Amino acid sequence: MKEFGGKALFLDRNDINTDEIIPARHLTENTKIALQPFILEDLKLGGFDPRRDIEGKGVIVTRANFGCGSSREHAVWVFEVNDINVVIAESFARIFRQNMYNCGMLAIELSKKEIETLFCLGAAVEIEVDLAACTLTARGDKKLVIPFKLNEFDRKLVKAGGWLAYADKNY
Amino acid sequence: MGKTIAEKIFAAHLRDTPTDENVILDIDVVMCHEITTPIAITDLEARGMDRVFDINKIKAVIDHVTPAKDSKTAIQGKILRDWARRHKIKDFFDIGANGVCHALFPEKGFIRPGYTVIMGDSHTCTHGAFGAFAAGVGTTDLEVGILKGVCSFRTPETIKLTITGTLQDGVSAKDVILRIIKELTVNGATDKVMEFVGPVVNSMSMEARMTLCNMAIEAGATCGICLPDRITAKYLWPFINQTYASIDLAVEDFVTWHSDSDAIYAQELTLDISGLVPQVTFGYKPDEVKNVTEMEGTPVDQVYIGSCTNGRIEDLRSAARILKGRKIAATVRGILSPATPKVYSQALEEGIIAIFMEAGFCVTNPTCGACLGMSNGVLAEGEICASTTNRNFNGRMGKGGIVHLMSPLTAAATAVLGHIADPRKLL
Repeated sequence: MKEFGGKALFLDRNDINTDEIIPARHLTENTKIALQPFILEDLKLGGFDPRRDIEGKGVIVTRANFGCGSSREHAVWVFEVNDINVVIAESFARIFRQNMYNCGMLAIELSKKEIETLFCLGAAVEIEVDLAACTLTARGDKKLVIPFKLNEFDRKLVKAGGWLAYADKNY
Repeated sequence: MGKTIAEKIFAAHLRDTPTDENVILDIDVVMCHEITTPIAITDLEARGMDRVFDINKIKAVIDHVTPAKDSKTAIQGKILRDWARRHKIKDFFDIGANGVCHALFPEKGFIRPGYTVIMGDSHTCTHGAFGAFAAGVGTTDLEVGILKGVCSFRTPETIKLTITGTLQDGVSAKDVILRIIKELTVNGATDKVMEFVGPVVNSMSMEARMTLCNMAIEAGATCGICLPDRITAKYLWPFINQTYASIDLAVEDFVTWHSDSDAIYAQELTLDISGLVPQVTFGYKPDEVKNVTEMEGTPVDQVYIGSCTNGRIEDLRSAARILKGRKIAATVRGILSPATPKVYSQALEEGIIAIFMEAGFCVTNPTCGACLGMSNGVLAEGEICASTTNRNFNGRMGKGGIVHLMSPLTAAATAVLGHIADPRKLL
């Protein structure tokens, strides 16, 4: 199982789409690692510079409908190869969310209010995820412990290390 | 309790229920293209699991960048081609026979009412037009589909969209779906199936129904779906005439998939489209939609007609209605990509290709290329494209480019006038 936690990268916008996470011009790469430099290259977000802001981050905190658009799993792999294994959002596009769990990674949904409290924790926030307890602990200007819901099948996928391993064992 | 069509299809394909909320379905058709499949293939090889669950249920096409534009895309094509040959997948479509997956596969009769379909491509929802459950999936889902013939889904809820009224001349299925997405917003149908019903859908051709279902994903939906009927049966007849003794018997069978009258919906919406005018997007989200009258006069650099949304014969015919005997504006680059070789030859036969060329359009081979800024019509920074495709995301057709989505009719009128234009004035 992957490590779930790290410094938070805040992306303060709804509807961040897969073309912004990894533009189609990079989908000609045939390995996951080759995607690494192109993370969030086309993100339309004032003040955000992927070359400066990604380094050292392990968790993304964002708003509603994250990962909408294309089915490209490249949008998940580009996070994985940049050591980002958790995205926390108000809501996700279905395919992106499924791709995250299929890769044994976490797409955690919190309420709009809870997301707002994370955004209000200051610039330097560290988030740890306790999968067994279904809580996340965020340390910034203060410490917050927030419970979250995890679909039981998604939990099985994470435990198995992804859908391929799970499906190979069960079907 | 009655069932929706999606619930009936799920019940007929149920392999497992790992939890109350999740199901594992048997998949009837697993479709593959050269952008999202190669990494699944190389991963299966690396794991020593280079197998396929059923060579007859796997369909593959090279469509996104074809002919290959560079060494990387040549390798992607080669990985898919070698794999298809190695496993003797007979339904593999390469250059000369290839076309945009969501136009080509229906044309080949691969999709039938009641089927479950997955592909590593978000616009797989197109195939719901046949009364199938068809969902776009990522590469891992595709990989498991190839290997095991199963896929996981959450139990679906359905939004019923009843479309009533009469479409005005110059207004098409594209305008209807853009209007619906505006209403639902880009995540209004997330985790849900959009079921299109009502008199307007009942009289729509399969091409129009495919346009409708194609953009269900732009409202976040898992699948768009139409109820299979006589129009479906007639379209599929060349492929099913050995299965059914008559079209009537095929229709009788198809109707068993229809949603029950007491089926339960998450939401029901009725849209009267009698007053609907052509629709055009602005901004960077497909729910940012205005009446063409509010967008008229916006200058464009390129007009693109093609894609899995609007590259079919009816789309080309409708654009040709406007282009016939006219020239496109000198400031506009017009590009037509017929979606499949069949569409291309039919358009040639009907004189439609000549109309496009005399108007000043460039005609490319069938490919997805320009729609996602990969080839055959990539925009430069700051350029504006009027496009019959399905996504106006920032940079979608080229870094820094801007896309306005519209119908083929509106795109043709825009090409002629050099700025976004109301096609009704040129009919």
